[in-house]
Amino acid sequence: MKSLFASLRYTLLAVVASLVVGAFIIVITDIEALGSGDFGKPFATLWTAYTSLFTGSFGSLRAISNTITGATPLMLAGLAVSLAFKAGLFNIGATGQMLAGGMTGLWVGFAFDLPGIVHVPLALLAGAIGGALFGAFPGVLKARTGAHEVITTIMLNNIAAFTVLWLLKTEAFKREGRSDAISKFVSDGARLPRLFGFLDKRIDLLAHSGFIVAVASVVLFWWILNRTTIGFELRATGLNQDAAKYAGIRTKTMVVVAMALAGAFAGLAGASEVLGLYGFASASLAGDIGFDAIAVALLGRSSPLGTAVSAILFGALQAGGRQMQVNTDVPIDLIVVLRALIVMFIAAPLLVKAIFRIRGEAHSYGQTFRGWGG
Amino acid sequence: MTVLVQSAEQRKRARNVGIAYLVLAAVTLFLFTQRPGDAGFRLTSTATLTLPAQAFGYALGVILVAVAVGQLWRGFGRLSNVVLALATALFFMSFLSWAAAGESFSFVGMLQDTVTRCVPITLGAIGGILSERSGVINISIEGMLLGSACTSAIGASLWGLWVGVFVGIATGVALAAVLAVLSIRYKVDQVIVGFAINFFALGITSFISFRVLVPNPELNSLRPVQPIRLPLLSDIPFVGEVLFVQTIFVYFTYVAVAFTTWALYRTKWGLRTRASGEYPKAAGTLGVRVLRLRYQNVLLAGAVAGIGGAWWPIGTVGRFDQNITGGRGFIALAAVIFGRWHPVGAFTGALVFALAEAVRLKIGNFKTGIPSEFLIMAPYVVTLVVVAGFIGASRAPKAAGQPYDEQ
Repeated sequence: MKSLFASLRYTLLAVVASLVVGAFIIVITDIEALGSGDFGKPFATLWTAYTSLFTGSFGSLRAISNTITGATPLMLAGLAVSLAFKAGLFNIGATGQMLAGGMTGLWVGFAFDLPGIVHVPLALLAGAIGGALFGAFPGVLKARTGAHEVITTIMLNNIAAFTVLWLLKTEAFKREGRSDAISKFVSDGARLPRLFGFLDKRIDLLAHSGFIVAVASVVLFWWILNRTTIGFELRATGLNQDAAKYAGIRTKTMVVVAMALAGAFAGLAGASEVLGLYGFASASLAGDIGFDAIAVALLGRSSPLGTAVSAILFGALQAGGRQMQVNTDVPIDLIVVLRALIVMFIAAPLLVKAIFRIRGEAHSYGQTFRGWGG
Repeated sequence: MTVLVQSAEQRKRARNVGIAYLVLAAVTLFLFTQRPGDAGFRLTSTATLTLPAQAFGYALGVILVAVAVGQLWRGFGRLSNVVLALATALFFMSFLSWAAAGESFSFVGMLQDTVTRCVPITLGAIGGILSERSGVINISIEGMLLGSACTSAIGASLWGLWVGVFVGIATGVALAAVLAVLSIRYKVDQVIVGFAINFFALGITSFISFRVLVPNPELNSLRPVQPIRLPLLSDIPFVGEVLFVQTIFVYFTYVAVAFTTWALYRTKWGLRTRASGEYPKAAGTLGVRVLRLRYQNVLLAGAVAGIGGAWWPIGTVGRFDQNITGGRGFIALAAVIFGRWHPVGAFTGALVFALAEAVRLKIGNFKTGIPSEFLIMAPYVVTLVVVAGFIGASRAPKAAGQPYDEQ
């Protein structure tokens, strides 16, 4: 309990510290106003920007819906990175795995016409399998040849991105009458129901039941990690590969298993975007989510609850950032800066201690991944 | 026991290489012989090498089958790397002659382009090597390249090219200082700091690009440097054109590769750096000031990566655009591992990637029937195949990633 409190306090202080740095950035980049000696305007902009950050993320039902919409793929892809961290692997490949899962989910989504109760789970399963296969590949490469997953997953991200771009132009996926890279719509039965579907007239509420899938996946991640043999062996491999091998754990197999499970979560993220948010696939379906997921996992210290909470925080920042961009001339890229600063401050409790002059023991932060060796 | 295991491993690798030769032979025989016509490789302004594409494909296919049989039957012993390099080069030529059948293209221009494009990857990789050899994992190469590309564009637009380069160096050093202080003094997980720096650089440069550079285009327009013909060296036919008619960034890269290699393996500083990266306790016991050395190396890494970042605005396009580096810093990271933390190895890796990119730009004009997406993908596939197929596990500096307490 005490450690939970300390952890919350550091998180809060880190958020405050990053907002302060962000404020500084907003003010000094308003070079025209500062150049003409108008010092009031930058601060007025700052006030509007930060209030819109809040109103855009939690200020209304629509804002909350936007936060949920943004948090859904971040949570699932964040689990993909967290799970790999637990096994001592650095999965930069969530983007590629999302694309793979998005495409397999999409295909099952439009190739069949089934009742929703069958179709949705089937399409999601297809997404998870697609992601798992794509994720397992770098795992197999690592286990068989020793090729480092950081390199192979980065390369596979690019390979996946251009493969999808090509696939979307093939007859199998192409939307009729369109020459650009955009897919057919999935069947109605495969669409994930909208979360606020019971409010008939609110079509602006985009949040979909992919969020429920994400929350269920967080629970599943916790269960696998703490209640199954595989989870135990994964963590043992991550903590000390040599000791795990000595204890009879097949560490090479665990590398493949970990990457496949991670890929399954990322694949679900892709499928939930396709089946829930868009209803079709485009080349930008994964966007920067796979990359942001790394920040989510780092911020959540790879724990199930931490990953979920930081995904919601990042989803909120994204929703608020969009509102901020509408209300002011501050570009949404500010939230990328804020995310980076939050991660940095969270990871450096000693630094936060020094800034805020907190006395006592620093909240320690374990290592995520043990160098290039493993 | 170890010897036996190793030789089994080696035998497996030799067999894999043999199978790879067979695959190359099959591709050559069945695919690269399908387009009639002569392919012209322009070597200099006057000389053109003309290869009959089909005949060349068949001849090479037969040679590759012979090589594969030799490899699987006996192996080539000490010559196996030479054979591998030659076979790959021949395969590559046959691919080019297939793609360019019936047309001609500037081969020399393609190689020139390769050397140009390897600059930021190589310099980024040297930044990675300097820092990791002393024991600090440097994932933030991408951030350093991107940050420096942005500020050097502004600096060069306002005060001239040289100032721009220095502003770029200063940016690289500043970001490196964050990495150094947080990971050495505050003992933060180096991977996290590195990634946070990447995020930060991506966010802040996009932010500046939209909020400052778009409304003020005069802050983002400059005349990039022109290639310099090195006297005498550039007169060597073909090779001179490829290597010695380049911008100052390329010459700096040659020097940086050579100097870093020499310094790492032949100087006191190099020995101390490697010791701090492998076994800092032992180094510390012998009087090496490990922490100070790590600070120095990480800052130096930032400076080198800063020059690499300045290459975009000042060495090529003359402006900064959002995310202009497009992940080259991660390719540099791959080159570090590819080159086993050796500058020459990393340079080779950077060249392989840059070559694949240059080929893509040339081949894209020919009607080969390959979808353009696959051509864009090629550099990544090549890197993946090389890393997984031929490099395998590479041994990193042992202490990289671990904080150190000075007694």
